[in-house]
Amino acid sequence: MRTPRELADAHPGPAFTVTLDGREIEALPGQTVAAALWAAGVTSWRTTRGEGRPRGVFCGIGVCFDCLITVNDRANQRACLVPLHAGDDIRTQEGTGHDDRP
Amino acid sequence: MTDREPGQPRLAVIGAGPAGLAAAIAAAARGVRVTLLDSAAEAGGQFYRQPAAELRARRPQALHHEWRTWERLRDGLDAHVRAGAVRHLTDHHVWLVERRADGRFTVHALLGPEQEDPAEVCADAVLLATGGYEKVLPFPGWTLPGVITAGGAQAMLKGTLATAGRRAVVAGTGPLLLPVATGLASAGVEVAALVESAGPRAFAGRARALAAQPGKVAEGARYGARLLRHRVRLLARHTVVEAHGADRLEAVTVAALDGAGRVRPGTGRRIPCDTLAVGHGMLPHTDLAETLGCRLDGHAVHVDDEQRTDVPGVWAAGEATGIGGAALSLAEGHIAGRSAAARLRGARPEPAEWAAAARTRTRLRAFFAALDSVYAPPAHWAEQVTDDTVVCRCEEVTGGAIRAAVAELGAGDARTVKLLTRAGMGWCQGRVCGPGVAGLAGCELTPSRRPFARPVPLGVLAAAGEDD
Repeated sequence: MRTPRELADAHPGPAFTVTLDGREIEALPGQTVAAALWAAGVTSWRTTRGEGRPRGVFCGIGVCFDCLITVNDRANQRACLVPLHAGDDIRTQEGTGHDDRP
Repeated sequence: MTDREPGQPRLAVIGAGPAGLAAAIAAAARGVRVTLLDSAAEAGGQFYRQPAAELRARRPQALHHEWRTWERLRDGLDAHVRAGAVRHLTDHHVWLVERRADGRFTVHALLGPEQEDPAEVCADAVLLATGGYEKVLPFPGWTLPGVITAGGAQAMLKGTLATAGRRAVVAGTGPLLLPVATGLASAGVEVAALVESAGPRAFAGRARALAAQPGKVAEGARYGARLLRHRVRLLARHTVVEAHGADRLEAVTVAALDGAGRVRPGTGRRIPCDTLAVGHGMLPHTDLAETLGCRLDGHAVHVDDEQRTDVPGVWAAGEATGIGGAALSLAEGHIAGRSAAARLRGARPEPAEWAAAARTRTRLRAFFAALDSVYAPPAHWAEQVTDDTVVCRCEEVTGGAIRAAVAELGAGDARTVKLLTRAGMGWCQGRVCGPGVAGLAGCELTPSRRPFARPVPLGVLAAAGEDD
């Protein structure tokens, strides 16, 4: 099966490791948080404030704010916009993302 | 803000898609100093969205159409940037354009994906090329992970070479669905069906207007051939009535529509899939224009033959002035850039110089007006929205709550519905749910008059006026 990277003949630099809730996942230079999570088979990373329902990417261009996630202790980052760097600490987000603050 | 050279007028172009690029190049070639601000890391906008540079794609054109045109735009921009005529500010998310007492403008932006640090650009005139965004109407299950917008599927593919799953359904209505379906299929995703609510007869009724654009008809035929090659099943006059799954998408139910746009009972069938890419057309981005006080025609920024808005010093081009695709955006951007360059020099522009672009503009506006009447969501889509369907995704407001606001509390317009239910008060400020809420409430979708085009940290807001 053909992959998008094969289609575009992409040769990114070596993969690096980031963590999702402490679990190591691989990411490629140039990937956003959302792209790396999709590649790792993860499609939801937030639960809503009211009903606690799972959410992930919806609009993919930063308009809808559905894909919010905590990156390096900063809550409410849009996974579809934020690029990843080696060692980034990604955490799934519950509610407002600030619920665990004292 | 003292970096102004006397004698050289400055134009801020907001948006580096086809319209903004054409405008920036046209104005820079005529002696204007251009600052091009765009939210992405690279020029291109949504249509020519480029893979992140670090992905080192050697064949990005495999994801694109009209690549030659992109190369011309990219090379034109590069040449003007090297010559110092254009300053290209990437990762600048513009939240406000302010018209100052002296008639000049301050463009306020937030930097980087984090959007916490501010930047300001000063200009004698502004050109809004803010593009459009996708309209998606609600249906049961549309909040499940795995349900994404058609444009979002394309953006993730073009920008990050990522796809969400293995088996997709592409659904809704509009010309965007074809490139999304063929794009996903060529990237290795099995596209189980392309579900389009418009029927073939709607096209026949508009045959004359559509046939006046042989290039566009040929483009449609090429997509058709690619769908066949990838064995994508086209279900015309069908709609998705429900997305199924517990914590993520597992299947959709699609059903046939009758001539009046109602679901035909008993025609539902279930299609297993892990991705649903859905869209119901596009809406212009008009926030910046609205705050400037520009007149709107319906949902689009009103412009004259030179692409001037009714606010002095403000031009607009591309999909902010009406949805019409990349070729129309290029023509409008070119005209706007030339007009702005002439007017900023105090000269009267000579429209004969852009006659070819004006003819293209006339032709494509007529074509897209015809398309618009062909591609429409099912007339009775709101009947499929159950009372427990979440309509406002941010504030989790259900269809039942919106209906109750109208039927029991007497809300008669979209604003009252919002005040009574919180629909549209969340992070996205009603950009996503606006059409759905208005449709369910039986109101017109009215311009929202958001003071800022995106969320702004309070510290940035407090500091924004300090220099004045």
